[in-house]
Amino acid sequence: MALAFDEFGRPFVIIREQEQKSRLKGLDAQKANIMAAKSVARVLRSSLGPKGMDKMLQSPDGDVTVTNDGATILEQMEVENQIGKLMVQLSRSQDYEIGDGTTGVVVLAGALLEHAEALLDKGIHPIRVAEGYEMASKIAVQQLNKIAQKFEFSKDDVESLVQTCMTTLSSKIVGRCKRKLAEIAVKAVLGVADLERRDVNLDLIKIEGKVGGKLEDVELVHGIIVDKEMSHPQMPKVIENAKIAILTCPFEPPKPKTKHKVDIDSVEKFEGLRLQEKQYFTDMVNQCKDSGATLVICQWGFDDEANHLLMHHDLPAIRWVGGVELELIAIATGGRIVPRFQELTPEKLGKAGIVREKVFGTSKDRMVYIENCANSRAVTILIRGGNKMVVEEAKRSLHDALCVARNLIRDNSIVYGGGSAEIACSLAVEAAADTVAGVEQYAMRAFADGLDSVPMALAENSGYQPIESLTAVKAEQMRDNNPYLGIDCNDTGTNDMRKQGVFETLIGKRQQLMLATQVVKMILKIDDVISPSQYD
Amino acid sequence: MAGPRILQDDAVEEKGDRARMASFVGAIAVADLVRTTLGPKGMDKILQSTGRQKEVMVTNDGATILKSLHVDNPAAKVLVDISKVQDDEVGDGTTSVVVLAGELLREAERLMNKKIHPMTIIDGYRKAAECGRAALEAMARNNSGDPAKFHEDLIRIAKTTLSSKIVSQDKDHFAKLAVDAVLRLKGSTNLASIQIIKKPGGSLKDSFLDEGFILDKKIGVGQPKRIENAKILVANTAMDVDKIKIYGARVRVDGMGKVAEIEAAEKEKMREKCRKIIAHGINCFINRQLIYNLPEEIFADAGVMAIEHADFDGIDRLALVTGGEIASTFDNPESVKLGECKVIEEIMIGEDKLIHFSGVAMGEACTIVLRGASSHLLDEAERSLHDALCVLTQAVVDSRVIWGGGWPEVMMARHVDELGKKTPGKKSLAMESFATALRAIPSIIAENAGLDSADLVAQMRAEHFKEEGDEDRMLAPGIDVVSCGVADMEKLGIYESFKVKQSVLLSATEAAEMILRVDQIVKCAPRRREGM
Repeated sequence: MALAFDEFGRPFVIIREQEQKSRLKGLDAQKANIMAAKSVARVLRSSLGPKGMDKMLQSPDGDVTVTNDGATILEQMEVENQIGKLMVQLSRSQDYEIGDGTTGVVVLAGALLEHAEALLDKGIHPIRVAEGYEMASKIAVQQLNKIAQKFEFSKDDVESLVQTCMTTLSSKIVGRCKRKLAEIAVKAVLGVADLERRDVNLDLIKIEGKVGGKLEDVELVHGIIVDKEMSHPQMPKVIENAKIAILTCPFEPPKPKTKHKVDIDSVEKFEGLRLQEKQYFTDMVNQCKDSGATLVICQWGFDDEANHLLMHHDLPAIRWVGGVELELIAIATGGRIVPRFQELTPEKLGKAGIVREKVFGTSKDRMVYIENCANSRAVTILIRGGNKMVVEEAKRSLHDALCVARNLIRDNSIVYGGGSAEIACSLAVEAAADTVAGVEQYAMRAFADGLDSVPMALAENSGYQPIESLTAVKAEQMRDNNPYLGIDCNDTGTNDMRKQGVFETLIGKRQQLMLATQVVKMILKIDDVISPSQYD
Repeated sequence: MAGPRILQDDAVEEKGDRARMASFVGAIAVADLVRTTLGPKGMDKILQSTGRQKEVMVTNDGATILKSLHVDNPAAKVLVDISKVQDDEVGDGTTSVVVLAGELLREAERLMNKKIHPMTIIDGYRKAAECGRAALEAMARNNSGDPAKFHEDLIRIAKTTLSSKIVSQDKDHFAKLAVDAVLRLKGSTNLASIQIIKKPGGSLKDSFLDEGFILDKKIGVGQPKRIENAKILVANTAMDVDKIKIYGARVRVDGMGKVAEIEAAEKEKMREKCRKIIAHGINCFINRQLIYNLPEEIFADAGVMAIEHADFDGIDRLALVTGGEIASTFDNPESVKLGECKVIEEIMIGEDKLIHFSGVAMGEACTIVLRGASSHLLDEAERSLHDALCVLTQAVVDSRVIWGGGWPEVMMARHVDELGKKTPGKKSLAMESFATALRAIPSIIAENAGLDSADLVAQMRAEHFKEEGDEDRMLAPGIDVVSCGVADMEKLGIYESFKVKQSVLLSATEAAEMILRVDQIVKCAPRRREGM
């Protein structure tokens, strides 16, 4: 019971300790936290690397997800434990910031905590451990910058970009056709990239999945695909040189926000109302037609009458298009989103070379392709696959690849993969540790050990003796002073990652190191866990 | 080790070997479930729904069986899903794909017991699948250049598909029906324009293809029952009361007299609408929505046939068939395209009256009328026919054909075996397993037909290994379940569509790979539902 005394010396309770309330203090709290974080990391450990395994997750509603992506696994596991949630957020922030390496960052954090635990057992104060880790991570980042290489690519020579994307994709189920997917990802990113400003707006890349066909059928469309069909079955399926009116108002009589009533109390008024109603529809369609539009894309639905009138005026239309898609269409076609029919003018129309409806498979699935847009910056990647889970996983994998390509365009420094960067950093940290006096030396060594566990997990997942292969590579790196040696996961016969062409982005790696260190420090600093009692 | 609990209370987590076992068991159980329905002598399943009616369905169609199952095992769900996709994408082979995936997993389990890493197995499977696909592609033939031969190919494909179904007795008849229907589509894959109407009564043989269009509706009372040179307006409009669409409008009256006036105005409005419709110069009006008595009467007076409540599909098809447009406004009669047909008449099929449109403008659509002893039979016949139609439309697009009867599997198995022999490393074991899994398909076909499967498959295999030029070498040895032996599929005319086989191979491998890669299953706590 936590008690305090007020100025009159009367005791009062700060935290009421009851049966249901659990409280952990001191070393116990740290131990329990580390344990929780470790068990989260252990889940992901076997997913690391090109030979990593997948996880099957069943959602509360019974839907099945099969994935290899760290962020997705953790997100869908619905972790309850508070420290576990920290790890989930760690992976998520790596996903938001970099998009790749979401598994690696959690595995690294888990390993660092594991080694910290041993230090705590020795009686070293957690804050000292945290400080040592901080120093070590600085050295590791310096080493990363040192071994990083600039890598050249241009709009015509994208081979190196493709290689990097392939490294990312090789660990996924889509590894079978990684070359094709990597090329598509690079083309898509270059398509929307602003090379002058070295920036890529990934929002311009839409990834659309359709179950059926095979993975090899994946295609890159220079335009937008909308999973909708023409509103009237008899509207033309192909429109060339389309002028598109993008509307966010329904083809319906206006609905003022203020409450009102139109009272009809005579036959004349009734007639008037009817005429008025008809007039609305005709006006709306005419306004579209007068602006010169040859295709109407609307965020809302239309009434049967409006639908027919549109059809009658040879004005094909697509209804119920989502807001995000509408924006993309507007960007791609250079049109403006028009909220009112009155504001429709020829300048506000978007332009596209060809708009066509395409049918898939034996069911009546249709999609509308909008291609050759005025502003060709927006692209869509259409993924096909044997089942829903493959398509979903392919989407996630492609997203990772896109992020990697974007990161490279932002900053073209790379480090080599296969655990080589971790080993190089570990060596650097270990060397630096010897020069530091004090307890931090231990912490730095522990940090180096923690770094080692990434290549160790890689080797383990690839079916090698983990310790044997790690020590062999480490010794070789030390001897040859070659920081590009890593674990040969793909059984190609060489440890030199330059020859294998396994790259990762420098910012991705750096982010992993820094994020993992931060979270570890945070977990180490917690010495009291108070969980509130359950509401019953 | 009992670490702290990181998941929710009800969540279940399975790891490593246990997870793998759970998914293997689930997937193989599903595959075994549909295993007995494979092949021409496959058995049917009775499915009883959990609904209040306890409806019963008898079927042989893999996708239908699996769709109706409530599986809880996540790996089993993967298999159900591939079967569904196979159904949507190519329409047939829904059983084969699940059985093949199940066999691949069974073989994989055997390898895992020998301590071979799943990633190695996947690697081998991928290479084997690629090799099988290449072999299949090399052996596929294309007869699209020669219309007569192509037509024959289509008939054979249809027969092969239908032979495993309930309609197999009349497969010649149905194959012809299906091929005729599909050829009318002229290359489009829009099955919507082939309408299937089921009418209990008669026998399966009495089913027929009607070149015109049949609408399962009745003609309004007092209207002409037969129209020649019909001009048809197809519409989707409210013919009961026109709703006022202006927001917030309401009718307010202050006396009985006013009510009558408004009512009169309302009626006048409807009359006006009818007049406008009639002004199109039509003699047949078909609406998707209800037609009330008043307009019906007006139409009857004008000698216009009015058909109400034709559903969405019916309207779409009618518009397609007659070449008219679906109208919802009627102000410009001159620009509305009317549908046309030679004769509209009421016909009787069995007990029911239907409306028959013949001599329609566009030849694409047609109607298949299925007759049969019971509604279960008809449902199953419809599913079978649907399969055949799907396969045929796909075959029209991709006209490559291969032989059936287990020939492709044994052929691919041979090629995969050869590749396995050349491949160094543990991967070759996986390839051999792949070949074994492929050979399991003909063996199941034989088993289901009550034949000695091991003997037959061995014979077939021997036949496949015969070199060119050997004496009495068969062109395409496969299982003949009729004569109970190995026979030449070319002579028997058992053909299958290349696209179906390819997609079976690829989807099954993909699914098996997906399940193999899993080493941990996390089941989240089921969502709590209210009132449970």
